Amino acid sequence: MLKQTEGSAAVAETVAACRPEVVCAYPISPQTHIVEGISDLVRAGELERCEYVTVESEFAAMSVCIGASAAGARAYTATASQGLLYMAEALYNASGLGLPIVMTVANRAIGAPINIWNDHSDTMSQRDCGWIQLYAETNQEAADLHVQAFRIAERLSLPVLVCMDGFVLTHAHERVDVPEREAVDAFLPRFEPAQALDPAEPVTIGAMVGPEAYAEVKYLAHAKQLQALDAIPEVAAEFESAFGRPSGGLLRGYRTEDAETVVVALGSVLGTIEDTVDAMREDGVAIGALALKSFRPFPVEEVRAALAGAKRVLVVEKALAVGIGGIVSADLRMALAGLEVRCDTAIAGLGGRPITGEALRGLFEDAVAGRLRPLTFLDMDWERVEAELRRLGEGGRSGPHAENILREAGIVAGRSH
Amino acid sequence: MSGHQRVRFYQVGSHVVGNRLLDPGQRTVQARTDRSNAITSGHRACRGCGEALGARYVLDAAMRASGGQLVAANATGCLEVFSTPFPESSWQLPWIHSLFGNAPAVASGVAAALRAKGREDVRVIGQGGDGGTVDIGFGCLSGMFERGDDVLYVCYDNEAYMNTGVQRSGATPPAARTANTKPIGKHPGNAFGQGKDMPRIALAHGVPYVATATVADPHDLERKVEAAMEVRGARYLHVFVPCPLGWGSEAKDTIKLARLVVETGLFPVFEAVDGEVREVTKIRHRAPVEEYLKLQRRYAHLFGPDGHPEIVARIQAIADRNIERYGLLDGDVSSSHGYAEESRHEEGE
Repeated sequence: MLKQTEGSAAVAETVAACRPEVVCAYPISPQTHIVEGISDLVRAGELERCEYVTVESEFAAMSVCIGASAAGARAYTATASQGLLYMAEALYNASGLGLPIVMTVANRAIGAPINIWNDHSDTMSQRDCGWIQLYAETNQEAADLHVQAFRIAERLSLPVLVCMDGFVLTHAHERVDVPEREAVDAFLPRFEPAQALDPAEPVTIGAMVGPEAYAEVKYLAHAKQLQALDAIPEVAAEFESAFGRPSGGLLRGYRTEDAETVVVALGSVLGTIEDTVDAMREDGVAIGALALKSFRPFPVEEVRAALAGAKRVLVVEKALAVGIGGIVSADLRMALAGLEVRCDTAIAGLGGRPITGEALRGLFEDAVAGRLRPLTFLDMDWERVEAELRRLGEGGRSGPHAENILREAGIVAGRSH
Repeated sequence: MSGHQRVRFYQVGSHVVGNRLLDPGQRTVQARTDRSNAITSGHRACRGCGEALGARYVLDAAMRASGGQLVAANATGCLEVFSTPFPESSWQLPWIHSLFGNAPAVASGVAAALRAKGREDVRVIGQGGDGGTVDIGFGCLSGMFERGDDVLYVCYDNEAYMNTGVQRSGATPPAARTANTKPIGKHPGNAFGQGKDMPRIALAHGVPYVATATVADPHDLERKVEAAMEVRGARYLHVFVPCPLGWGSEAKDTIKLARLVVETGLFPVFEAVDGEVREVTKIRHRAPVEEYLKLQRRYAHLFGPDGHPEIVARIQAIADRNIERYGLLDGDVSSSHGYAEESRHEEGE
């Protein structure tokens, strides 16, 4: 149903339309509105035969989902940031056991310093946990991806993360065509688990595996992710024919034909990127954008094909791999291996710093002109960084960086120096 | 291997099981030919493992009580490792191992799934060792308790992290030697005044059924499992299981130790329903703690020429306090003498 609604509400209604049997809830901003919305639907009796479990931690949230999924129930939860890290051990377990759990991550920065605003540090930190990672550009896509996520997860017996930018999407009110229950019922068959904990047919799940077979088991997890490279676009195509709109898939090019410069990004920032591309195209710049929808599995061949004609690629990343730089860039460079394509990285939007059209325009112009260094930090306040580095160099007890920088900026009351 | 077994006639009411002289209807589930062997033979547990025994007693009793409609969620630990060396499994019931710290939550998830599917005839057991229960799984267990999830959680308590090489846990008793509480320095062994009393913590959650038991008394243990299975909601059973490897005890002494820990008063065996302790297992032949401690090398530093009688006295004080607190003695109390005589008799056979 087409309506003006909050992103979280649209996701809550869509998840409910997918008829989950067990939903776990633990509060962490900015994910809370989603599970609150589902709670309302369960309490109102609009979502029948669904157990809504308010757990004591994110670790328990994922663990309850593991038990529920292993017992053959469609299981769902949502989290963000610290919560995702707190369940890290269970994330690996869920994927290792092949449990098709679907989880929304309202992408948020990781502390310290504690920060509730949007970036991709959380999901990027779980890059290798064995879950499929899909990134939504809009609230429409965020809603649609959940319907697809259950299909993909249950088809492959793999858990799926649907990543949507915290606040930017979760708390934004915009027009969303929320998938109707009847349509979802037709699209998403009942969950038939590959194996389940059933007294009629006792199985042992989670046995110990030694060096004689561990590597093969891990390879099979990789092989399943590679199968997802087929499943994701197939499900997206089926979704488009069923719901009449494109959503999801592995990637989406925007004005990449004849583009010499292509900007690659994930999530909601693509809106601003595409506006900037449009403006620069009007000025005759051969620039385009590539929206990476699936980060895990990483569509190496598809990315390579999409970027083969470009001269330079700029990856705009909302996460920083401290000690090296880009995270998505590393995978991208692998996809571009052997091609004469320059690949630079811009770290942007950390901890919710706004990524403005103006800043992107400057960044892209630098890229086009070949002025970018391999690693750029968009809108960094270098003066403050230098000041703090100087203070450190002078020795003595400098205290935590975060407090020093805030004091320097006059944001909190502090002693004068 | 000898072709025959020497028959020993025990009297009902003695310290041994006495099953054979009981009416078949009164015998333990373990004594029945139709027991489910939920954890069957061939696993890799050490000789004399109390946990393997405890798990078999508990699960077979629970299988019988549920008509075979049972699912188990297991924490990481000895029980998990020795029972499932890939591709082998000792489990003859649906069984899942996820992580060390989440067995109660996984069990909650299974229970939630069964409820959503209208399969409440299928019952759920969560189980783990003391580390998985009182330490790393504590948060998940507390959550399972307070929500009242329909799970019987069983802790097999051998009082340390045995699977990783006998390190101290929140259930390790005072003065015990572990790999990181060695008898080095002024305060040998594990510190006094620490540790968690998990059954009482369970009681504080207001769960409807809490009980303790040992592997020395299968009748009592099985009855408690059956009683727990009669109840819906979160339930807790704490089973004392000696560990020959970690305690430095003889494999043949596993049952004797589990009996002595009760007879000394160091491990009160009780049953609490709806928050009230309804029944305690009385001490029949009170034994001084030395009898229990001396059978275990983890307490060896307390005895001999360089021993620490003052520490033994502190342990005795703990036992005395338990006896008082739970009313473990009847009016007619036997001295420890009778027990000691009998135990010598057994060793002499």
